[in-house]
Amino acid sequence: MNAILTLCLLIGALLPFSVAHAATGEATVQSGSPMLLELTKTKLSKMPAVVEKLEAEGGDAYLPLFRTWLAGNLYYVKSNRSLVEKMGSGKQVTFQAMFSGDPMPDLKKKQVKKVKVNNKLRGKLRSVIARIQLTSEDSSVREAAVRELLAKLDKNVIGILEGLHVKEQNLDVKAMIATALSLYAASDKSNSQSVRLSAIEDLSDSLENDVRNGLTKLTNDSNKAVAAAADEALVSINQRVERYALVDQLFFGLSLGSVLLLASIGLAITFGVMGVINMAHGEMIMLGAYTTYVVQLMMPNHIDYSIWVAIPAAFLVSGLMGVLIERLVICRLHGRPLETLLATFGISLILQQLVRTIFSPLNRQVSTPTWMSGSLEINPVLSLTLNRLYILAFALLVFMALVLLLKKSSLGLNVRAVSQNRNMAKAMGVKTEWVDAMTFGLGSGIAGIAGVALSQLTNVGPNLGQSYIIDSFMVVVFGGVGNLMGTLVAAFTLGIANKFLEPTTGAVLAAILVLVFIILFIQKRPKGLFPQKGRAAE
Amino acid sequence: MIKLLNWFSAGRTSGKYTLPFVVILLSITVLASAANLLLPQDSALYVSTYSITLLGKYLCYAMLALAVDIIWGYCGILSLGHGAFFALGGYAMGMYLMRQIGDRGVYGNPLLPDFMVFLDWKELPWFWLGMDQFWFAMVMAVLVPGLLAFVFGWLAFRSRVTGVYLSIMTQALTYALLLAFFRNEMGFGGNNGLTDFKEILGFDLQADTTRVSLFLITAILLAVILMLSQRILSSRLGKVTLAVRDSEARTRFIGYRTECYKVWLFVYSAVIAGVAGALYVPQVGIINPGEFSPINSIEIVIWVAVGGRGTLIGAIIGALLVNYAKTRFTAIMPDGWLFALGALFVLVTLYLPKGLMGLYGQLTSKRLTKGEQEAAS
Amino acid sequence: MKIKTLASAIALSGATLIALPSMAADTIKVGVLHSLSGTMAISETTLKDTVLMMVEEQNKKGGLLGKKLEAVVVDPASNWPLFAEKTRELLTEEEVDVIFGCWTSVSRKSVLPVIEELNGLMFYPVQYEGEESSKNVFYTGAAPNQQAIPAVNYLKDELGVERWVLAGTDYVYPRTTNKILEAYLKDMGVAEEDIMINYTPFGHSDWQSIVSDINKFGSAGKKTAVVSTINGDANVPFYKELGNQGISSEDIPVVAFSVGEEELSGLDTTPLVGHLAAWNYFQSVETEENEEFITQWKAFTKNPDRVTNDPMEATFIGFNMWANAVKDAGTTDVDAVEQAMIGQETPNLTGGVAVMNKNHHLSKPVLIGEIQDDGQFETVWETDGVVAGDAWSDFLPGSKDLIADWTDPVKCGNYNTETKACSGQNY
Repeated sequence: MNAILTLCLLIGALLPFSVAHAATGEATVQSGSPMLLELTKTKLSKMPAVVEKLEAEGGDAYLPLFRTWLAGNLYYVKSNRSLVEKMGSGKQVTFQAMFSGDPMPDLKKKQVKKVKVNNKLRGKLRSVIARIQLTSEDSSVREAAVRELLAKLDKNVIGILEGLHVKEQNLDVKAMIATALSLYAASDKSNSQSVRLSAIEDLSDSLENDVRNGLTKLTNDSNKAVAAAADEALVSINQRVERYALVDQLFFGLSLGSVLLLASIGLAITFGVMGVINMAHGEMIMLGAYTTYVVQLMMPNHIDYSIWVAIPAAFLVSGLMGVLIERLVICRLHGRPLETLLATFGISLILQQLVRTIFSPLNRQVSTPTWMSGSLEINPVLSLTLNRLYILAFALLVFMALVLLLKKSSLGLNVRAVSQNRNMAKAMGVKTEWVDAMTFGLGSGIAGIAGVALSQLTNVGPNLGQSYIIDSFMVVVFGGVGNLMGTLVAAFTLGIANKFLEPTTGAVLAAILVLVFIILFIQKRPKGLFPQKGRAAE
Repeated sequence: MIKLLNWFSAGRTSGKYTLPFVVILLSITVLASAANLLLPQDSALYVSTYSITLLGKYLCYAMLALAVDIIWGYCGILSLGHGAFFALGGYAMGMYLMRQIGDRGVYGNPLLPDFMVFLDWKELPWFWLGMDQFWFAMVMAVLVPGLLAFVFGWLAFRSRVTGVYLSIMTQALTYALLLAFFRNEMGFGGNNGLTDFKEILGFDLQADTTRVSLFLITAILLAVILMLSQRILSSRLGKVTLAVRDSEARTRFIGYRTECYKVWLFVYSAVIAGVAGALYVPQVGIINPGEFSPINSIEIVIWVAVGGRGTLIGAIIGALLVNYAKTRFTAIMPDGWLFALGALFVLVTLYLPKGLMGLYGQLTSKRLTKGEQEAAS
Repeated sequence: MKIKTLASAIALSGATLIALPSMAADTIKVGVLHSLSGTMAISETTLKDTVLMMVEEQNKKGGLLGKKLEAVVVDPASNWPLFAEKTRELLTEEEVDVIFGCWTSVSRKSVLPVIEELNGLMFYPVQYEGEESSKNVFYTGAAPNQQAIPAVNYLKDELGVERWVLAGTDYVYPRTTNKILEAYLKDMGVAEEDIMINYTPFGHSDWQSIVSDINKFGSAGKKTAVVSTINGDANVPFYKELGNQGISSEDIPVVAFSVGEEELSGLDTTPLVGHLAAWNYFQSVETEENEEFITQWKAFTKNPDRVTNDPMEATFIGFNMWANAVKDAGTTDVDAVEQAMIGQETPNLTGGVAVMNKNHHLSKPVLIGEIQDDGQFETVWETDGVVAGDAWSDFLPGSKDLIADWTDPVKCGNYNTETKACSGQNY
């Protein structure tokens, strides 16, 4: 309550004189406010009170302070208790003075101590920041600030919001404020029934979570008409929410499908063209993921761009390893597919143990570039995570590139010739051995690229490949060997099937059901969804 | 008796080693058992109980390898899921042993195994009923793997799923079972599996005599199955399966219903794997879903490949050797073992396509041809 | 040439194998039964090194009873039957006096019959589901009441959590812990519909649907928290998905029981900051003992970046207690040491004293920590004193009447206080 009062006063005072106030804020900071000193002394449990006092004292001048604190980058120098901000992470940590931003290159990690922050405090800081940001320049920040306050509406906040609603130019923010006002009007029992009903009417097209919660509360309202209206509004909102949930589920399925596609497409090439079951395929993926790790290790300051280096690097590493395996082992086992299976399994064991020896059995840390983190918010109930969106696009891109390569290039022509009739191709002068090596290298290289993508989603460890190998086989066999289109369809079918089964059966049973389905399907159609047409006797 | 042995060991040339091999196997077994039971602990020739259980385990693996060799070596079906049949047999035995605990479990519940009590199960699931009868559990140990193999084989072979497709399907089968048995709702103890067994048929499982008896039974059964398989495979049926292995299409065109031969051989092999599993569990004292893992099944194949496929004895020797090496090397250099195992896979497939038995055959035939040449000159 | 080297290598290794037992007559043998290969190697190798370090330290202090300690390391390779086999090997072939080992519950269950049959002694250093107390095993990790229940109390009292997601990997530890928590929460008046329970397979990597479900479950206007018993490898994709779907620790905090410093060292902790873990030890705790231990560890592993974790502290406590008990008993005889162990006190690394109780479980403090961006935990809450480990949970219907007491006159690991009967003893 106290906080709200302060807030009310604050904003009231702030609006007309925000510039002037900011200036005085600077002044207090420079004079070293005693409140700031409190920050370095107070116990964590007493901190929320300090936050409130700071807000009252400095308002938006302290915004950078609150933000730094929220991010856990606020430190103080042990000797003179002045506040500093931590910059960078890992080994490249530097400090700069809070507020002035003066770099302090001489400051060592040992000389500073962190101003602690915990979940309770983070929540507090966030709402303080939201209140301050109601008057932010940036319209999306204002919108977020109003949304943050939706769950904490009361008379005072409403008073401020009403004021803001009149002045607001941006339509989105205005709508958001209107939602907040309606939500309050609907639940305010002092309002007349008609006002409340029209407010509920206004709310019935909002997808905001807090609106739904507010309406749910209203369904128990003493006023029967209001309760019924709230119920009705809720039903229509829930219908929309469910529709979006379906879209969400479809996206999950597509995303899982894209992962399966990436993991299995390399296998589709080696298996389809050479008839070789490469049990070390999973380890090619693993090598790609480790390559990403090594690339990030070499360019710690450019994580955002590291992916663009990692993709070709992973292709090269895994591809070369593939060529090596082909030349050393597989070419000697020609026409004995079962033996290749065993030999490549041996290779997979060796590769796993190799990375265990080189990189330790522990998982390695691969960071996500900032442009890949977060999600694309379409509306309050539907947001698509960016990394999965990129991976979906990436998988399709790789797929198309591969199809083009096989259809348009001379290598592709040779590959297709060998896959259709090896002996005839040989007779026509195609160097089948060279084609084999290149094909295997290409398949492995693509597995390496898949590794780069997977490093963004899961553990980078020696067992990475193992967890995808059986799934990849299933996709290839299901789709039909030697048919890239089949692999694409199979990957997305299995991904979506899995995700639509999961809510009813649970993750484990969904996986089992999909496996059993494939086993039965193969009995029915032994050559998969899209069998390769040809004249083979069997 | 001799007639019977002759009947068992009659047949193809590779069968000529069967009888001597069985004699050696059984005499070693009897000697080791006697050395464990009769000699004092400080005697130089004493065989510890640890070694007995270890040998017992190896023999179970050997039986499993034999099962794989029967279908891979003689019929060309590379099963990457034989661990599943082994584990199913093991679970049947494990369920019997679990029921034998009775009210001696930690919660003292006379009916429910401990894991069901602490997961709050109220009554025994239907598939546990009857498992307290030894004969019933043993029938299940054979029947369940057999039935699964029959259904799977019937579907797969009839629709002519062959080669690597079949291998991958068997792998998917064991993987699906692995996931299923990991689930606690299945009622098989989840990840922990079944353990803490007390007695079998009233005999204390921790007594040396029980252990030695189990070891002896395993050896005898292995010998019987070896001879029986030898006999079957050298009969008319065996010749047809060889024909299927070498060219299924031609055999079919001659007029044989190849899928029938394949299904029955597959079922026979799965039953042997089930028996091996049932013998394995009381000796190692635990059965859990890990036995279903695809890697285990692939490892069985490598035992056979090392020993030499299509020789039966080779499979047994391969299983014994690789597992002994594993026991030794994981102790000396745990990190190196996977390198060694991986290299073994690659080298055997590249340079020893016929395994150790093939190597032995090559050496002896070289010596023979050399001798013949000398005689001729 | 190559064959010769190989032959000599084999001969040499054979010779050392034969030589080892004979020359080791006047040492005390410490068996180390941790997987060095396979899936569990990630976690267990660390504990093997910890035991080796402790043995080395003890030898620097002159050993025990005037004898040097000798570590016997075997590799059960994350293979559960192999755990039983290697235990038998350690006890009958190597004749070790004590074993430090196991991580997973299934490995412990596999070892149990063997160690009871041969009357060995084992120290088990990992938090586990309880429901067990063997004469031959000392449990130095946390029982559910030393980790799960305090964590739930913290969430409820400090963060005001009203809605609960119990998410776990489908095996016995999460199952039991969640059963206990569910009973506990319902006792506190939490309604059925405010509890969501979810199980996933080992190494689960696609968390999209589940995280989205959690998000939906958490948006009902009540403060929601996730109590996670998700195991090992599945954690990284889980937290990554949480971060990507924009669920921060203020919205829905996750408290984990299996995520420690070692696990965090393998991932980018930025999206995890603020999520919680409950343990009996954090590397970040500032005490002299801890600082010394960390320095020792870094020196022993020759790696300044190595982290310490809770199971390591449990190993540390277990080892010191065993050493003291051997000194008190004046022998390494299992029965004598077992009795000497009870009531044994030794300093833990968080500034208190660990006590071995009659039920073979420790009394330990419980700490709640928030994950920081450097992969360490910041302690945000701790119990006032130590909490005694409870072998049998009071919240499970099957075991609330059971107690474990290894002193006279009860001398039983599962003694029913109602029927006065002792069941399920193997010796």
